[in-house]
Amino acid sequence: MAHVERQQWDVVIVGAGGAGLRAAIEAREQGLRTAVICKSLFGKAHTVMAEGGIAASMGNVNEGDNWQVHFRDTMRGGKFLNQWRMAELHAREAPERVWELETWGALFDRTPDGRISQRNFGGHEYPRLAHVGDRTGLELIRTLQQKVVSLQQEDFKESGDYEARIKVFQECTVTQILKEPGSEGEDRVSGVFCYERESGRFFVIEAPAVVLATGGIGKSFKVTSNSWEYTGDGHALALLAGASLINMEFVQFHPTGMVWPPSVKGILVTESVRGDGGVLRNSEGKRFMFDYVPDVFKEKYAESEQEADGWYEDPDNNRRPPELLPRDEVARAINAEVKAGRGSPHGGVFLDVSTRMSAETIKRRLPSMHHQFRELADVDITAEPMEVGPTCHYVMGGVDVDSDTAAARGVPGLFAAGEVAGGMHGSNRLGGNSLSDLLVFGRRAGLYAAEYARGCARERPRVADEQIDTAAAEALRPFGVGPAPADEETAGEAAEESAENPYAVHQDLQRAMNDLVGIIRREEEMSEALDRLAELRERARRAKVEGHRQFNPGWHLALDLRNMLLVSECVARAALNRTESRGGHTRDDHPEMDREWRRANLVCTLAAEGASGAEAETGRAGRIALRRREMPPIRKDLLELFEKEELIKYLTDEELTSE
Amino acid sequence: MATGTEPQQSTGPRPPAGPRPTGVHTSTRAAIAEPHLRKDRWWLAPAATALGLLAFVVYSSWRAFANTDYYHAPYVSPFYSPCLADNCATMKGGPNWGLFGEWWGLSPALLILIFPLGFRLTCYYYRKAYYRGFWASPPACAVAEPHKKYTGETRFPLILQNIHRYFFYAAMLVAVILTWDTVLGFRNEEYEWGHMGVGTLVFLANIVLIWAYTLSCHSCRHIVGGRLRHFSKHPVRYRLWGWVGKLNERHMLLAWASLLSVALADFYVYLLATGTITDPRLF
Amino acid sequence: MTTQAHHGAGPGTEGIGGAVSGEAPDTTRPETSYDAHFEVWRGDVDGGGLEDFTVEVNEGEVVLDIIHRLQATQAPDLAVRWNCKAGKCGSCSAEINGRPRLLCMTRMSVFDRDEIVTVTPLRAFPVVRDLVTDVGFNYEKARQVPAFVPPPDLGPGEYRMQQEDVGRSQEFRKCIECFLCQDTCHVVRDHEENKAAFAGPRFLMRVAELDMHPLDAAEEAGHDRKTAAQDDHGLGYCNITKCCTEVCPENIKITDNALIPLKERAADRKYDPLVWLGNKIRRRTT
Repeated sequence: MAHVERQQWDVVIVGAGGAGLRAAIEAREQGLRTAVICKSLFGKAHTVMAEGGIAASMGNVNEGDNWQVHFRDTMRGGKFLNQWRMAELHAREAPERVWELETWGALFDRTPDGRISQRNFGGHEYPRLAHVGDRTGLELIRTLQQKVVSLQQEDFKESGDYEARIKVFQECTVTQILKEPGSEGEDRVSGVFCYERESGRFFVIEAPAVVLATGGIGKSFKVTSNSWEYTGDGHALALLAGASLINMEFVQFHPTGMVWPPSVKGILVTESVRGDGGVLRNSEGKRFMFDYVPDVFKEKYAESEQEADGWYEDPDNNRRPPELLPRDEVARAINAEVKAGRGSPHGGVFLDVSTRMSAETIKRRLPSMHHQFRELADVDITAEPMEVGPTCHYVMGGVDVDSDTAAARGVPGLFAAGEVAGGMHGSNRLGGNSLSDLLVFGRRAGLYAAEYARGCARERPRVADEQIDTAAAEALRPFGVGPAPADEETAGEAAEESAENPYAVHQDLQRAMNDLVGIIRREEEMSEALDRLAELRERARRAKVEGHRQFNPGWHLALDLRNMLLVSECVARAALNRTESRGGHTRDDHPEMDREWRRANLVCTLAAEGASGAEAETGRAGRIALRRREMPPIRKDLLELFEKEELIKYLTDEELTSE
Repeated sequence: MATGTEPQQSTGPRPPAGPRPTGVHTSTRAAIAEPHLRKDRWWLAPAATALGLLAFVVYSSWRAFANTDYYHAPYVSPFYSPCLADNCATMKGGPNWGLFGEWWGLSPALLILIFPLGFRLTCYYYRKAYYRGFWASPPACAVAEPHKKYTGETRFPLILQNIHRYFFYAAMLVAVILTWDTVLGFRNEEYEWGHMGVGTLVFLANIVLIWAYTLSCHSCRHIVGGRLRHFSKHPVRYRLWGWVGKLNERHMLLAWASLLSVALADFYVYLLATGTITDPRLF
Repeated sequence: MTTQAHHGAGPGTEGIGGAVSGEAPDTTRPETSYDAHFEVWRGDVDGGGLEDFTVEVNEGEVVLDIIHRLQATQAPDLAVRWNCKAGKCGSCSAEINGRPRLLCMTRMSVFDRDEIVTVTPLRAFPVVRDLVTDVGFNYEKARQVPAFVPPPDLGPGEYRMQQEDVGRSQEFRKCIECFLCQDTCHVVRDHEENKAAFAGPRFLMRVAELDMHPLDAAEEAGHDRKTAAQDDHGLGYCNITKCCTEVCPENIKITDNALIPLKERAADRKYDPLVWLGNKIRRRTT
């Protein structure tokens, strides 16, 4: 095997979005040498797509807001399936994280008294989202990026090297987390195996601590607001490293994505449109959301258009409009309207701001939406309604982590933060809680990864040459030059079988997930999805690419397929298993929420390999093992933040009386 | 539609890019022989700009050096106002300030035109116009410029462009005087007030455009408020900055409109002074 | 390189299935679809050239869709950089018919159906492969702009700024760093040797952004951004020919709102005799 370059760093962050960069800044500020690896260019991460804002109970617009209210909203939004400790930390620490951004140069929109302005959003009781027009994610990523650069400038002054203590390896992909076999089966992380997208060159970063901050999985679905990067890399890397994933059945379909023209189908239309006064209408011109307020939210939402309209000006004496229900509710409602034949010409519904705000206000408050529709759809949103429909947006599930330290359970040295981590959002994430999640748990992951790495300073884990060779062979497989990881018999078979186009496999995967494990789910369809996934896994094994390793997108996709297939199987298996509807998981055959299921997390792990690796890979059994795990009871003082009548809707009698 | 999808290598050898390839032909960049691949009529804008400017230069040089036909009561050509030498035509109540005395024998226009000329020459819009139109630096966006070396405005003489704001102050003074000239236009040939001719309208239009152009200047925008760090502490200047900003968005348009109007005003006086036409009086 | 003879049936050309469950996939080919002629530059630093492709185009598509269709059906290893496909990340910068554009924001409807569409990589930066260029220049320049200096007397949460005071810098912070302005700027596009001295429009705008930030304390800390713009970042090279503004996909008025104000601010420092005199006197007295 050719020589593979090795570098030594203290902490490796995989992903340079909000969570990754926040983790990197923290680890570097703790004094550790920190490497950041990202698939795209520095500053292009998917976080830039976040539009609405960062939820933090600063109380700048409504003084009634505080962390307890934010916590309550988050738990309600997630239908009480959230890891309550994460939700608590998140609500408590979010304001600090936002203020900190200002000291790094962020410029949020302001209130008249000069504080950070906050806007309304679905599921949030008070105006809570710090924002910059509708490009908050860009502001966040740029601020963090510039903070990283400022730390590099400090290092340059000190050592003459910008990259002495924090380096971004841009356009590189991690294909494996490497581990040092430990004494009592406690394997610990020893580094990552990567390739440079530009040159195809392999390299290894040796580090005792690895933070996963790779974002989500949306690229496994056909209609998605997610970019190509969202191939579930972190989820799959964690699984392969022996960690587990939880809540994978909960995939958020954002209610408002563009539906026309086809080439932009799925691109996000920010929730701010509704937060600022946009309303949803069906083809009959009716504001249909009034018909879709579920029982658990009945008291909180307006019953008439008059009351709903009054809320924008006088939120204390009116209830909020039902357009601002949590995303899962709105997405289901739109889906139902379209199915009932009351959809727009291109299979969505109408979202209208043109009759509700002046053209001037729309351009000021929603500049990028105005731009996006004008450029991509020839629609002037100041004069006509938008056509919108649900789009795959976010995965609530992710790596099973310790709430306080973001450490992945069962794999010492592995941490996860942001979308790749599971639990925080329960069964459904509230808009605006993602950016704050990135900051709060990004920082925590960086902090505890640094602490952990410091503890390994005396005896750093080692990376064996054989591990590198195996990883390199796996990465080269799509060229047909590396040996198949299975035994020789199957390798021979593979050569005889026809080669597969990775793009074709990817498209079939997206269709299968979109159609069979999409927004509304049925048992038969999900079983079929599992069969199709098995076939696709088989086809992916035969994926073959042309050309060479230098910036070869076909090769990159072929390698990403492994991750997408693993993650898709997690989603399908967990979704098939959970026989209720809750948050981002809606079962046609089990339409009710079941209090018994509230306490349960479904945990995915890599299935124990049977007789041989080949069997596990080719067999219909799949590669994922699923088990049910009880959630720890919610701490008493947190439970007391809710009215008893509300808790009855979510918690079992047993849980309620156990106090 | 299924046929003809074979990718083909581009045919024909590429011409060598020259002895020492620079710019878009630097050896590390994508090997494309053409200096640019624009297919639109990119040359139209710089060509039109160059022609327009050239026409004005020719016309204004002729008129400035002519030293004649610049006054016809009550109108004075803006090229000759204020008239700073003793050899000026007598203009009752007009801008006759013989500051330069008798020794100046050339056209008095040359004395005063330096200021508006300097203002326009260092104007941020005109700079763009003539750098593109005359210097081809660049001729148009993403069209390779023909020069081997480029130092921009970093050294003499172009570093002098930085004195634009002083020309702005001077241009303000000139604009005040031209305003007075316009007021004088409300007289008749016998210098009686309260009259108006078509010439008055020409002068009015010209002075409005001159002011709009002058006030829309980037230096003006900077001076009235742009240089501030906290608008909130200077509400009046902030408002002024906003207004100037609105004008400034149309700086190019105003630059051309006022250039045309000043030439027209002069030409109108020329026509009157040479007796080609008579000023139609309104009242 | 392989081609699929019947790309009409290949992946990437099928109708888009709905997110809305139950909606039947769109299987009929709309009449609005047609075959377009493309020339795409392929190659690397050792050389390359324009390659011809005939490829299907459907209603509402952008150039990036066509590039993706080429990847899926005719040129699987065609290198292109892209991310969000919504004009928000600034990754897919290239030159289309000789003009710097975002591939994802250039709609096919702006071209005539029989027009040959030429796509090349950015021509101001070293080429890596096909449509991908090495944009490292920009990251180097980013590092050379001294960062925001927080006011020493304010803690987190104590910042108070008025909307009108942050507005100007907010406009510049809309920048998605697509580097089209850097690509089109003739100062470096046509003069490789100027790259060392000139930061380019994007990073001069960054200097302007920080200089206009209501709470930046660089000056108090001894760093004058106005002078540095000229001395360290090459502001004098800019001859305000406005190509940066012309190509900006975010419609930021780079020249009028950032570069010219910065030139005026530098003039305040260096070409204003009153200020100069004041500094002289102050220096003498201290």
